[in-house]
Amino acid sequence: MAEETQVKEAPKEKKEFFGKKERRLITDPLTDNNPITVQVLGICSALAVTTLLYPSIIMAVAVIFVMVFSNLTTSLLRKYIPQQVRMIVQLVIIASLVTMVELSLKALNFAVYKQLSVFIGLIITNCIIMGRLEAFALANKPWQSMLDGLGNAVGYGAILIIVAFFRELFGKGSLFAGSPIEFKIIGPTQDFLINTSESVMFGWYTNNNLMVLSVAAMFILAILIWVQRSYNPELVDVS
Amino acid sequence: MHSTNYVIRFVLVMTCVVALVLAAMATLLQPIHKANEALYNKRGIIQAVETKLPKPVSEMTDKEVKDIFDSKVEQYVINTDGERLSEEEVVAAGYPGGQAENIDMEKEKKKDPSNRLLPVFKYEKDGSDYFIFSVRGNGLWDAIWGNIALESNFNEVAGATFDHKSETPGLGAEIKDNPNFREQFIGKEIFSEDGEFVSITVRKGGAKDPDHEVDGISGATITADGVTAMLENGLENYMSYISKNRPEKVKN
Repeated sequence: MAEETQVKEAPKEKKEFFGKKERRLITDPLTDNNPITVQVLGICSALAVTTLLYPSIIMAVAVIFVMVFSNLTTSLLRKYIPQQVRMIVQLVIIASLVTMVELSLKALNFAVYKQLSVFIGLIITNCIIMGRLEAFALANKPWQSMLDGLGNAVGYGAILIIVAFFRELFGKGSLFAGSPIEFKIIGPTQDFLINTSESVMFGWYTNNNLMVLSVAAMFILAILIWVQRSYNPELVDVS
Repeated sequence: MHSTNYVIRFVLVMTCVVALVLAAMATLLQPIHKANEALYNKRGIIQAVETKLPKPVSEMTDKEVKDIFDSKVEQYVINTDGERLSEEEVVAAGYPGGQAENIDMEKEKKKDPSNRLLPVFKYEKDGSDYFIFSVRGNGLWDAIWGNIALESNFNEVAGATFDHKSETPGLGAEIKDNPNFREQFIGKEIFSEDGEFVSITVRKGGAKDPDHEVDGISGATITADGVTAMLENGLENYMSYISKNRPEKVKN
């Protein structure tokens, strides 16, 4: 009898391909369990890469790729990875995926590769990825691990983009600088020059150089955390 | 807990698999990487004469860049005595391509100044020639390099482009990212009124001498000083060539 029910239950579970549990895997890291604002992971790269919006978006896409596939690989191998060297194995998986991203980007879009080369390498040091491998992928099935990776990477990328938006707007007065759709929004056009002449909008605005420095990302992150926690007091003291 | 034997086997297999996959990928993509890199350099070279081009380099497709480079640009290699080298001599110096675009400036910079090979790119438009010289130096974190175009009087700058390996985005990286920076160089002069070589200085706090100085970038003083030093040393290498070809009468 017991065997029979088990057999019956197994296919039922498989039917829940994208059930409530799976949905939570994606939505949780976006809001109440955000890797940056709640778990306070991956801060270093959030500070480093967010001076401009366009590189941040590419960075977010690269992180999504690396995270989804490193979670998948680790989860597939979870029964074979020896406990003693699991960290090194995870690191090798992440590093090889990052190298793949770097090589493909170099072949597909050389200009963006040139712009990002330093940042792409930084994905290896992103603690969110290793954190998810360690905390989730090593103990869960491949499909769930993939979703978890996707959720966390998108949660990370979203914060990255929000921070970069404010930093670029107030630091350089432009948006999407360096991309094909670059546009200048506020402040004088010859922004860094002494002899300012033309202006686009709010010509009186002087670019805030503080925004270009990493400190600004810290301020913006702190404000985001503040806003999120006053909206949802349960999160206070979670981390 | 797995046995030590298993751990060693696992790590060995993993290393081999990863090494194979990455090596295969790098090897397969290398021709594309090389082509991209060569094209990217060509973009940088013709960007130095951007104002003379039919349209801005950033709006050109790869094919247009290649066409302009192949049809309008004459390239040759000189030595520091200003003598033009034949293709065979360039090949003998370790550049199988034998062309100016093959010259590796990093390698040349490490050589003794008297042995250096220098690329010259001559762009021709409406009967006048523009000479594009390559320079290389150090920024704050790593190498910076650029191309500077001179009018045929070898004094007035027709344009300049800069690139860098890892300057800070938003600060030092502005030498490349901000077109306003490189546009300042247009019309500057590398010789003083007495005909002495003064190069062009990137001045912190704003240019004081309108003929030989450009505005610096706030927050990027060391990169800017690197550009100044790079231009001075780089053009110094070309000096024999420049003085050989420069018209006798000093401008002004």
